[in-house]
Amino acid sequence: MNQEEQVQLLGLWGSPFSKRVEMVLKLKGIPYEYIEEDVYVQKSPMLLKLNPIHRKVPVLVHQGKSIAESLVIVEYIEDTWKTSYPILPHDPYERSMARFWAKYVDDKVMLTLWKACLGPESEREKMVEEAYEGLKCLEKELGDKQFFGGETIGFIDIAADFIAYWFGIAQEASGVMIMTGEKFPKLQRWSENFVGNSIIKEVLPPKQKLLALFKAQFGNDPSK
Amino acid sequence: MSEKEEDVKLIGSWASPFSRRVEMALKLKGVPYDYSDEDYLVTKSPLLLQLNPIYKKVPVFVHKGKVLLESHLILEYIDQTWRRNPILPQDPYDRAMARFWAKFVDEQVTLIGFRSLIKSEEIDVAIKEAQELITYLENEITGKMFFGGETIGFLDMVVGSMIPFCLVRGWEGMGIDMIPKEKFPELNSWIEKMKEIEIVRECIPNREKNIEHMMKIVGRIKAASKAA
Repeated sequence: MNQEEQVQLLGLWGSPFSKRVEMVLKLKGIPYEYIEEDVYVQKSPMLLKLNPIHRKVPVLVHQGKSIAESLVIVEYIEDTWKTSYPILPHDPYERSMARFWAKYVDDKVMLTLWKACLGPESEREKMVEEAYEGLKCLEKELGDKQFFGGETIGFIDIAADFIAYWFGIAQEASGVMIMTGEKFPKLQRWSENFVGNSIIKEVLPPKQKLLALFKAQFGNDPSK
Repeated sequence: MSEKEEDVKLIGSWASPFSRRVEMALKLKGVPYDYSDEDYLVTKSPLLLQLNPIYKKVPVFVHKGKVLLESHLILEYIDQTWRRNPILPQDPYDRAMARFWAKFVDEQVTLIGFRSLIKSEEIDVAIKEAQELITYLENEITGKMFFGGETIGFLDMVVGSMIPFCLVRGWEGMGIDMIPKEKFPELNSWIEKMKEIEIVRECIPNREKNIEHMMKIVGRIKAASKAA
């Protein structure tokens, strides 16, 4: 393969943002070189050069150019490798709605879910309430579809990867129970479908490793 | 399809950079639209609350009876639906960079920008922080007529509506010269070029009214943070 054609991905094993990009690359069958960046220990000169503004992963490098921000990268991959496995709907309105819900997950839901597990006691109640609201909206949006994208995994599903996999583990580590099968049966079913998909399964970080990481972050205090 | 369903409706606010940029795109593409203004500092109309129950914000864009929110998404929709005068670059990499920078402006620059408006102490630190971010935009515009290249595009509309024709007015109200010519020659030159474009001029809020409005917002944020 022409050197310039090669795709490189700087990522972090446990990051849902980094995994979003890997999921899309794998769904589209795009070969890539993966470079692990342990951003919490030390940021490599390569990362600092390729993403000087945010100094975060994921960063995609293709044809000598680098792109940061997971959903921007996903759209780039979609625009560049058009023929295999479309991630976004073709219709302009449906496309906009997919982007809207992905943004909703990113801006509204992810942070509140995380804070509901990890945040200070004083904020906890408010975060739990907001987390419920966010999940309720998503439950409604999902409806009876197999995936947010319909019959196949799409942009919203990819954006919501944290909810499908990481959040369950975070709940286990923190003892906080917000997203249960009883309260959110559709999201529960969706999580199982998503995590069970043969391609997605390949990409997900090992559960025990994540659980240990979260437990360390939350502390072992059961009252937290 | 009936005439009504083809109609484009925009609920916006004269002072909102998010809504003004949508107007720029519609005007550039010659798309007629029915405009309804929200003075959101006063009250939110029942129409707004009905169409945008999640965020309760402007702009709200309606086309063929379907509702769209979030200015970036609306701009992309407009670009895909009305093909003349494209606003997003054709090349996937350039398009990704336009999206990246738009996110940077609306998230980072806006946050730091507003922070610098509400601070009473350590204002120099706040100014320095904001200028560091704005320097990235100075670098990005260097060597180009517009962020979009030869003609204005998506990023010009995002940066234009937010920085010179919104945040700068706030800074002026506070007596801050955030983007002086000596430090930011390219950006200043771009601002002048933007002002020469008729459709941009039509979408810029009146300077005095805007400064007054920004000061009201600053007052509100300060009062809210004291109450918290």
